[in-house]
Amino acid sequence: MRRATSGVLRFWIVPVTLVVWELLTRATESPYFPPPSRIATQFYDMWLSGPASQLLLTDGALDTFGPSLGRLLAGWVIAGVLGVALGVALGRIRGLAEYADPVLQFLRALPPPLLVPIFFVLFKIGTPTQLAVIVFGVIWPVLVNTTDGVRSVDKGFLETARVFQFSRYDILRRVILPSAMPKIFAGLRLSLSLALILMVVSELVGSNSGIGYSLLYAQQSYDYAGVWAHIVLLGVLGLLFNALFLVAEGRVLSWHANARRNV
Amino acid sequence: MLELVDLSHTYGSYRAIDRVNLKVAQGEVVCIVGPSGCGKSTLLRSIAGLIKPTGGTVLLDGKPVDGSPENLAVVFQDYSRSLYPWMSALANVGLPLRRRGLDKKRRDAAALAALEQVGLAGAAAKFPWEMSGGMQQRVSIARALAYQPKLLLMDEPFGSVDAQTREELEDLTLRVCAHHGMTILLITHDVDESVYVGDRVVVLSKAPGTVVGDLPVQLPGPRDQIHTRELDAFVRLRAEVGRLVRGMTPQRNPHGYGLETR
Ligand SMILES: Nc1ncnc2c1ncn2[C@@H]1O[C@H](COP(=O)(O)OP(=O)(O)OP(=O)(O)O)[C@@H](O)[C@H]1O
Ligand SMILES: [Mg+2]
Repeated sequence: MRRATSGVLRFWIVPVTLVVWELLTRATESPYFPPPSRIATQFYDMWLSGPASQLLLTDGALDTFGPSLGRLLAGWVIAGVLGVALGVALGRIRGLAEYADPVLQFLRALPPPLLVPIFFVLFKIGTPTQLAVIVFGVIWPVLVNTTDGVRSVDKGFLETARVFQFSRYDILRRVILPSAMPKIFAGLRLSLSLALILMVVSELVGSNSGIGYSLLYAQQSYDYAGVWAHIVLLGVLGLLFNALFLVAEGRVLSWHANARRNV
Repeated sequence: MLELVDLSHTYGSYRAIDRVNLKVAQGEVVCIVGPSGCGKSTLLRSIAGLIKPTGGTVLLDGKPVDGSPENLAVVFQDYSRSLYPWMSALANVGLPLRRRGLDKKRRDAAALAALEQVGLAGAAAKFPWEMSGGMQQRVSIARALAYQPKLLLMDEPFGSVDAQTREELEDLTLRVCAHHGMTILLITHDVDESVYVGDRVVVLSKAPGTVVGDLPVQLPGPRDQIHTRELDAFVRLRAEVGRLVRGMTPQRNPHGYGLETR
C-alpha cells in the first residue's frame, strides 16, 4: 500500500517540479538560472547527440566522462580493497585497534580536499593525485564498517568453526567475511557516492580533464546552462551508480535479505 | 575414552557446575539429564574446549583437553546460530570436511550421503532460512555425521522438533552411531528420551549441577519407539530418573545400583 502510493508520488512529482521550475525561471529570466528546457538542450548537444555506435554519446562526452569515471571506479576499488583488508586486520587482531585508533581518528577528521596540495607534492599533477584524494576520502566508511562487521560475527558461528577445526583461512574466508558482508556492502555503497563527489572536487582543483574540469570550464566561460547540465549529469550518475550497486548487492547478499525476512 | 575429573565452572561468582565426575567408555551412548539451567550446556562446552573450566580436568584418551579436541563434533542447542545462512545445506555439511583433505567431489558426495541419512537429500540445495527448524536441526546432525567424529556431543538436539520427527531422529542417531562406533554424549531435559536413547543415564542436580545419579540402561535391543517404551523395565527406569531429576531421594532401588545422592 505504501509502496503503491509512493510510486504514484514519484511519478507526478517529477513533471510537476519541472513545470514549476520552467515557469519560474522563464518569469525571472536570471542568467544564472536558465530554464530546464535549455539545460536539457545543452545536455543533449554536449553529450547525447553522438552516433548510435557510441550509444549516442558524443566524442566530447567520451573524452569528458572516460577519465572521470575511470578515476572514480579505480579509486573506489582501491579504497574498497584497502579498507576491507585494514578493517579485517583492525577487527581481528587483538590490540591493534587500540594502537591505531588515535591515528585513524586523526586522519579521518582531515577533509580530503585540503590534502590536495600535499598529494600534489607527493604525486605531481594528474591522475595519481586525484586517485589519492578519492582513496583517502572514501576509504573510511569501508574501513569502519568492515571493522565493525568482523567484530560482530555471531559467537555461535565462530564456535562451530572452532569445534570443527576450520583452518584460519577458512574461518576468515567462509565465516568472518560472509558474515560481515552486509556491513561491508553498506560501507561500499556510502563510499561510492562519496567517490563521485571527491572525483569532481579533485578535478576542480588540479586537473585538465574530466567532468570537474569541464564544469569549471563552463563556469569560466559564463555558460550557465552548461554548468547546470553538469550538475544534472552528476545527479544522474549518482542515481545510476546507486541503482547498479543495489543490483549487485541484491545478488551477493540475497541470503541476508531472505534470512532476515524469514525471522 | 572421555573422563571428567572434578569438573567445575563458575561464571563470575555464579557456580554453574560443581565437581562433576564422569567416565565414558568407547562406543557408549551416555545421556545427561538435568533440570533447565543446571549447567548441562556449560558441561558440554567445557568438553568441547569452548570454555575453559575454572576447576577440574577433561581427559580424552587419557590426555587433558586444551582447546577444541580433534575428532569431535557438536550438535548445538541453537541450530540457527550454528548453520551458516550464506551457504546451502550441502555446503554447510561439507565445510568441515575441507579439513579432512577431501577434494570437492568427495566432500559433496559425503555431504549428500549424510543428508540422505537424515532424510534431506532433496533439500541439499536449500539454504537454512528456507528450512523449518526441524530440518535445520537435521542438517546440523548430518554435518556431525558426515564428519565421522570419534566423540559426538549433542546439546538438546531434538528440543525444537515435533514428536514424530523427534522419534525418527532418536532412532537415526542410535542407528548411525552404532554403525560408526561413535561415542555419544547426549544432553537432554527429557527423561523419556534419556532412557530410550542412552546406554547410560547420568542425572545432574539443580544448579550448581553435579552428578546425582548414574544408571545403566539395560533394555533389550534393538530399541523400538512403541515396544521399548512399553516395557516394565523402561517404565521403572523412567520413574527412577524422573525422581532424581526432581531432586527426590530414590524411594526404591530396584536394580541395586550404587546411587550417589545428596
Ligand atoms: N556466559 C555466561 N555467563 C554467565 N552465566 C552463564 C553463562 N552461561 C550460562 N550461565 C549460567 O549458568 C547456568 C547454567 O547454564 P547452562 O546453559 O549450562 O544451563 P543448561 O543446563 O544448558 O540449561 P538449558 O536446559 O536451559 O539449556 C545458568 O544459570 C546460566 O544463567
Ligand atoms: Mg543448555
